[in-house]
Amino acid sequence: MKLTVRALLSASAMLALTGIAQAETTITVATVNNGDMIRMQGLMDDFYAKNPDIKVEWVTLEENVLRQNVTADIATGGGQYDVVTIGTYEAPIWAKQGWLEGLNDLPADYDIDDLLPAIRGGLTVDGVLYASPFYGESSFVNYRKDLAEKAGITIPDAPTWDQIKAAAAAMTDQANGIYGICLRGKAGWGENMAFLTSMANSYGARWFDENWVPQFDSPEWKAVLTDYVEMLTKYGPPGASNNGYNENLTLSLQGKCAMRMDATVSAGGLTDPAQSEFADQVGFALAPDMGLGKRANWLWAWSLAIPASSDAKEASKAFINWATNKDYIALVASKEGWRNAPPGTRTSLYANAEYAALPFAKLTIDSINAADPVNPTVKPVPYVGVQFAAIPEFAGLATSVGEIFSAALAGQKTVDEALAEAQALSVEEMTAAGYIK
Amino acid sequence: MARAVSTRRKLFYTAAAWSVALLIFFPVLWTILTSFKTEASAVASPPELFTADWTLDNYAEVWGRSDYPRFFWNSVVISVGSTLLGLLIAIPAAWSMAFVPGPRTKDLLMWMLSTKMMPAAAVLIPMYLIFQRTGLFDTRTGLVLALMLMNLPVIVWMLYTYFKEIPVEILEAARMDGASLKNEIIYVLTPMAIPGIASTMLLNIILAWNEAFWTITLTTTKAAPLSAFIASFSAPQGLFYAKLSAASTMAIAPILILGWFSQKQLVRGLTFGAVK
Repeated sequence: MKLTVRALLSASAMLALTGIAQAETTITVATVNNGDMIRMQGLMDDFYAKNPDIKVEWVTLEENVLRQNVTADIATGGGQYDVVTIGTYEAPIWAKQGWLEGLNDLPADYDIDDLLPAIRGGLTVDGVLYASPFYGESSFVNYRKDLAEKAGITIPDAPTWDQIKAAAAAMTDQANGIYGICLRGKAGWGENMAFLTSMANSYGARWFDENWVPQFDSPEWKAVLTDYVEMLTKYGPPGASNNGYNENLTLSLQGKCAMRMDATVSAGGLTDPAQSEFADQVGFALAPDMGLGKRANWLWAWSLAIPASSDAKEASKAFINWATNKDYIALVASKEGWRNAPPGTRTSLYANAEYAALPFAKLTIDSINAADPVNPTVKPVPYVGVQFAAIPEFAGLATSVGEIFSAALAGQKTVDEALAEAQALSVEEMTAAGYIK
Repeated sequence: MARAVSTRRKLFYTAAAWSVALLIFFPVLWTILTSFKTEASAVASPPELFTADWTLDNYAEVWGRSDYPRFFWNSVVISVGSTLLGLLIAIPAAWSMAFVPGPRTKDLLMWMLSTKMMPAAAVLIPMYLIFQRTGLFDTRTGLVLALMLMNLPVIVWMLYTYFKEIPVEILEAARMDGASLKNEIIYVLTPMAIPGIASTMLLNIILAWNEAFWTITLTTTKAAPLSAFIASFSAPQGLFYAKLSAASTMAIAPILILGWFSQKQLVRGLTFGAVK
């Protein structure tokens, strides 16, 4: 009898243990290495407390390596990743390929209607949300108020390109290492071409006409590239053609850029005395325009999505709900202050009085709201996307064009030569890809 | 007078050697110095060789954020495993090419080497699919096999060069004494070629340790080695140079130490057969 009871107890214990082992689901999350994502990894105790049956394993990679690995995995149906970090560029393309799981059925507390409409629109295909934004950004102007004052100028909240050019000229003091304007010059579809495409939108230029014919031979593009090269050559830092996001941010933190146009997400660092030498002197303004109805600001969001090949979709949804929920933003704020809350995803964040009091909050939301991925240009275009065209061929093509424009900035070719080369290359690529019949 | 010229020349060559060595080592030195700086100091302009704000915070943060021992152990298993497996295959192959060459042996050697000329990205998708469908994806076994195949031409070539230096008469004498082929390779050839095998082994461990394309592409969480560990600290948007340098220093330190202690064997192995 004693033996039987012991055997039964042992069997029950074994069953219970098996049950626990079976209940635990491990999900693999592929992500990029940036401040907000790292912060999330540090707050995982909260997720585990709420989801004790889910274990998260991280794969953190550089953005381009991540894109390559995730694309290979999803395209081959590998199922190695359960949650992937993707950008606004990939979301609609991959969704149309059937590579992503729809997220419209996230729990009610996710509050899908709280997502900023511009950001949500970029991640939605045929009414289905395919990626949940973790943080969103636009681009705007940051400048040193003390230098503007010294130069006797005022930078309006919504400047024009002429005002920006005049301000750059007035604040440049190269003898003392102060450069009037810092813009992205490093070649890459996410580097100089993100900036130049946004600038082109405000100048009335566009990548393609309604029949997918490239438009680099238009007068609008000539004006864009001429002004860009001239501004950086006259008022920019030395070696501007090698400067990307990181390099220009570094120069701004050191106070060497009197003015810079780049991602709104850097506002937190620029106003943080621990990182910035001129934190109390930073002013912000909307990206400039030419009076044509479009500003030179982009729209981007790093978002979390579930590959269709994942075999742990429910656990993955639980993770995404946690990481992109309003509660998560409140959690970050409670632990690390509102300045560090992931920006640019939810209306409720900007309705919060504490967050709204931050110097960059209003300009960030105004910039995001000013971007329209569905109608990004003055003239009509056949593509969606503000600083990109959401077609698979764009990344490769824009990187090649970016190299040509970067060479023009470095003085290796003239503006006319660069535009002619970009036009010829684009026509060839678009014809080969079947867009031009 | 003759001695003076000789001393001057010696000094010149010594200075030239040190200059070249420092030039080659400078990126590593810069990485190590940067790893002890604050992020602000790491990106200071003009660049600071030395800083007033030396810190160990980067190492603490990198260690805290990552499972370094797991990445390290994967690197050890993958690099040593692929090298030993490669040697097991390459020793008999190099023996046959060195001592019983056929009419096409030279062509075969060239063909083997030509596989190294193919860009890795060209076979990315086939390799990816093979690894997925055979269950080798994200396994140390898979990476041992992949890196062994990748480095096999180099191993065979190096061993072939060493074996060619060994007088064939010694092997013939062993055969006359009744040694079987297996015993000839194990008890006669291998002991005589130990310096060459050791240097081949060391060089291939270094090559496998530093391999980044396949080790990052064919792994996710379980088998990822130190190359993936470094990649996890790289970012185009965000200032993490000091932490990236700390991660790089932690990744290269073991292989630097191994190279330092075995430099005699490495130099001997690489120059073996260079002078005839």
